[in-house]
Order: sequence, then C-alpha cells, then structure tokens
Amino acid sequence: MPEVVKAKLIEKEYLKPDIVRFKVEAKSIVETAKPGNFLEIRVSETTVPFLRRPISIYNLNKDEGTLEFIFQIKGEGTKLLSNKEEGDLIDIIGPLGMGTFKFSSYNKIAVVGGGIGVFPLYELSKEAKEEEREVNIYLGFRSKDYVVLEKEFKGVSDKLVLTTDDGSYGIKGFAINELEKDLEKEKIDCIYACGPLPMLRAVKKLAIEKDIPCQISLEERMGCGIGVCLGCAVKTARSSDENPEYWHVCKGGPVFRAKDVDI
Amino acid sequence: MGGIITKGTSIKPRSGNKPPRVCETPSGMLNSIGLQNPGVEYFAENDLPFLKKFDTAIIVNACGSTVEDYIEVCKILDTLDIDGVELNLSCPNVKEGCMAFGSSYEGVKEVTSKVRKVLNKPLIVKLTPNVSNIAEIAKGAEDGGADGVSLINTLLGMKIDIEKRKPVLANNTGGLSGPAIRPVAVRMVYEVAQAVNIPILGMGGIVNGEDAIEFMLAGASAISIGAGNFQDPYTSINTIKQIEEYMEKHNIENISDIVGKVTMN
Ligand SMILES: Cc1cc2nc3c(=O)[nH]c(=O)nc-3n(C[C@H](O)[C@H](O)[C@H](O)COP(=O)(O)OP(=O)(O)OC[C@H]3O[C@@H](n4cnc5c(N)ncnc54)[C@H](O)[C@@H]3O)c2cc1C
Ligand SMILES: Cc1cc2nc3c(=O)[nH]c(=O)nc-3n(C[C@H](O)[C@H](O)[C@H](O)COP(=O)(O)O)c2cc1C
Ligand code: FES
Repeated sequence: MPEVVKAKLIEKEYLKPDIVRFKVEAKSIVETAKPGNFLEIRVSETTVPFLRRPISIYNLNKDEGTLEFIFQIKGEGTKLLSNKEEGDLIDIIGPLGMGTFKFSSYNKIAVVGGGIGVFPLYELSKEAKEEEREVNIYLGFRSKDYVVLEKEFKGVSDKLVLTTDDGSYGIKGFAINELEKDLEKEKIDCIYACGPLPMLRAVKKLAIEKDIPCQISLEERMGCGIGVCLGCAVKTARSSDENPEYWHVCKGGPVFRAKDVDI
Repeated sequence: MGGIITKGTSIKPRSGNKPPRVCETPSGMLNSIGLQNPGVEYFAENDLPFLKKFDTAIIVNACGSTVEDYIEVCKILDTLDIDGVELNLSCPNVKEGCMAFGSSYEGVKEVTSKVRKVLNKPLIVKLTPNVSNIAEIAKGAEDGGADGVSLINTLLGMKIDIEKRKPVLANNTGGLSGPAIRPVAVRMVYEVAQAVNIPILGMGGIVNGEDAIEFMLAGASAISIGAGNFQDPYTSINTIKQIEEYMEKHNIENISDIVGKVTMN
C-alpha cells in the first residue's frame, strides 16, 4: 500500500554537479517497496510548481528503514528538491506502481540501462544477486563525464559492461550492442531495461528477435502518480486505430513486459 | 466529507486520448484525458462495490456524445445504489457532445429536461467556463429541472514546447485546472448565484479552507476538489479542518450561514 510520509533527509550527495543522491528515512515505504517502484515527491510547499515529481527508488536499506533515490536537476521542480538539506523533511508518496521487476524462475539475467535510466536498475540487480541469480549489467552513457555508479553496479553484478557514445570511457557504442554480442555466446533468461525511448525500442526488438522475456520501465508525464487522473497513458501492443487501448504507467507500470506495450 | 464524485462515465467504454495527456502549468495543469472510462456496466459491477465501502455519498459524473447517450447512461444510473448524478455538459477534450451541449441555454435545457424524465435521483448539471455568459446557461439547467449546478469544469488551454514548436499535449489543447483558474471560478460562481435559485457546487483550484470559504461566500453551497488531490491526497481532509477553524474563529454555527454572503463594493 502506498503511504504518504514526511521522510527525513539523512544523506545528500552530489554524484555530478547536476545529479544528486538522497537517502531518507521512510520505514513504511521501505517495508513494502519492490524493485521498479517509484515515488511521487512534493517539491514545493506552495502551489508552484503544482505537481509532484516521479522519481524511482534507487536502493532500499530494509534493515535501517531507509531508501535512496537519485535525480538529475532538470527543471524547476528538481532544482527545488536539490535545495533540501540534511535534516529537512520531504513529503513523499510511495511505493508506487503495481508493475515492478519480477524474477520468476530466471536464473541468468541481463540488465540494460541508459543515462539517468540506470537508477531503478540498482535495487533490481542487488536483489537478484542476493537471490543468487547471475547478473550481467550493460550501462550506456553519453560520454565519460556522464558515467555514474560504476562501483555500485560492479558490486551487484557478475559482469559489468560500460559503454559511451563517443568512446571516451569503456567501450565505444551502445550498451544494447554489447548485450547483442554476448547473446551470441550466452543464454539469458530475461532482459530488464530502463533508459531513453530509442534504447528501450532497440531492447524490445532484440528481445523479440531472440525470443527472450523482457521487462522495461517506462516514463510518462504524470498528474497524480496514484492511478486516478488517467494522465500517464501508454498504448498497449494489442491496441489498434479502431480499438485503441491504453494502460497507465503509474498504475500498471512503470515496469511492463516489453511485448505488451507499444512504445 | 460529503461525497465522492466519480470520473466521467459513459454508456460504452471510452479509450481516451493519445499521450501526453497531462502537463504542468503555473499553479495548475492541463489535461486532455478524453473521458477514458470502462463504461457504466463495468462501473456498476467493479467500481461501485468498492466505493460503497466508504460512508459517504457517491455521485456519478455522466458523459455522452449524443442526447441519447446521456439518457441511456442515466437510465442505468437511476437503477444503481448511488446518491446522485452529475451531468457533464462541459468536457473540453472530446470532439462530440459534452461541451457542445453545454455552450448554450437551449442545449443545456434540452439535455437536462430529457435526462430529468428518466432520472429520479438528484441531478446536478456541470457547467463549462468556456462560454461568454455562464449565468444564462445555468438558468438552462434550472429551467430543465436540475436540482443543482456545479462549476467550473476546466478552461480550455494550450502549452507549446518551444524546442519542438509543437503543443505538449498530443490533443494540442486541454483543460486547465488548479489554483490558476480559481479567480475565474469564483467570479462565475458569483454570477450564477445571482441568476439561479438551485444550489451550487463550486470548484476550480481549491487547495485549502480559505479557498473553499471564498467559493461559499460567492454563493456555493458545497465545494469539491479535483487537481488539489494530486498535490496532496490529504487536501480534502485538511480543507474540512480549515473550514471548521474559520467557523470557530468567526463564530459561525452553520456553514450555510455564509453561503452567498459576499457584499460587493
Ligand atoms: C516513473 C518515473 C520514474 C522516474 N525516475 C527518475 C529518477 O529516478 N531519476 C531522475 O532523475 N528522473 C526520473 N524521472 C524523470 C523525472 O520525473 C523528471 O526529470 C522530473 O519530473 C523533471 O521535473 P523538473 O521540474 O525538474 O523538470 P521540468 O521539465 O520543468 O518539469 C515540468 C513537468 O514535466 C514533467 N516531466 C519532465 N520530464 C519528465 C519525464 N522524463 N518523465 C515524466 N515527467 C516529466 C515534470 O514532472 C513536471 O510536471 C522519472 C520519471 C518517471 C515517470
Ligand atoms: C485529470 C483531470 C480529469 C478530469 N476529468 C473530469 C471528468 O471526467 N468529468 C468532469 O466533469 N470533470 C473532469 N475534470 C474537471 C474537474 O472535475 C474540475 O471541474 C476542474 O478540474 C476544476 O477543479 P480543480 O481545479 O479542483 O481540479 C477533470 C480534471 C482533471 C484535472
Ligand atoms: S499519473 Fe494519474 S493515473 Fe497515472
């Protein structure tokens, strides 16, 4: 069940000038949160900006009842959020989204992330490792300056492949291409992905071609984040012009089976 | 809390508009949901039993594309265990019906009177602010036999992405709600209160008790909260508390004592 909490900010760290990690006390959220869940964070006491900001859970520390999220300072809302200091209370609703990452009987998994889409993949990878699954992680960034969390992802994987678009760090090219190469020699039971839409489309295409189950985490503009405004629509794969059908990212997602959604 | 009003419910399921369907604006938001809903039969079977668990009135917002749609959906609603119907003659996000009926005295009176014949439950007619004379249109609802009017629905608006040089919403335009529209709503409630004798349910940008009191002074007997719930799920509960505080501070025994009590300069 989602809870509305006033969570105390206990750790604030800049990973980059525009990327911030917050650790907050939120026991009631942590108790029921699953990998893939997100939060709706109120960034202002006033009505400007009006809406909450959806941010994914990066890490759950179940033993201490804390959770972490990482966000990029993009516009007014995330800028305001970044002004919070340790000790401040943050109004958070979570955990949100009924569509979370599921492991089923998948023993060997591939995790693919791009840019700021890598954040929700950490808790997923961590839990997979804790359950002794084999985890290959493929992360793509624009260039060396954008690479984050290398050490952290290394710690929750059997294999970590880093790529940059310009080759300034790791392998030059896209993360998905490295996964594709590995699929020639290795069997993967499920692919998990989060990142920019073109990357998700490529992952979906690859998964369908290779007939591998695939779960992707989507973003859409949100009004409420709790399934009541019907704003965050995503077209289903079986939708047609005559019979359009939409699901909602905040409710059925944010994680969907790639083959079920039209992206 | 007096009641819960559902999202627009139509005779047949509606899939709604393409995304993006929402975007933030100063002190508010635009939406172009397009009345996505699973249809009245699904509502009766699946949503209503859940809503009935709460000890509060359930009012169903009814929408349609043709007069016949409104009549058919209200015939079914009349048989359900609900406390009233809010007739949505004001959605700006669908091509047919709705706001088209709500934009003239005759249109509102026609739909209202036809629905009145098939509906024995309390009937509230919800008005659009996208008109030049809302008082006259409210009169259409009263003359058609409505038990009350509610206002305002959203104001038609547009936001442009200046990089893409395209509207942010896939539907191009959408309905504006939130505190940004409150002064327009208060003015319209006042105008309608001068024109009709049936009670007014006021809304548009209410996020706290002060806002609610403003609407009541302007002439609303009750108020409702839409987008304010997105900012804080406790908005309604807090608003009730703050209304009570205002009453205590000003020695008001019954909240209805302040309805319409604004004195103009
Ligand atoms: C399920 C989900 C999980 C997310 N997780 C993270 C995360 O872990 N870390 C992170 O840095 N970002 C994440 N995002 C993106 C983040 O929500 C946006 O970057 C943020 O809302 C921007 O707000 P702003 O006020 O700074 O920017 P502005 O551009 O000024 O925002 C204007 C409006 O657009 C909305 N908006 C802008 N970009 C997005 C977007 N990409 N998706 C949805 N709405 C958007 C804002 O919420 C706001 O309502 C996530 C988005 C979703 C939907
Ligand atoms: C996301 C969203 C969906 C809405 N859907 C409906 C609807 O189905 N039927 C209706 O009569 N009004 C609908 N409205 C309008 C609201 O009920 C209300 O009239 C308007 O938003 C102004 O009030 P507010 O500022 O408190 O939201 C919707 C508003 C929003 C923001
Ligand atoms: S954001 Fe309101 S339904 Fe998803």
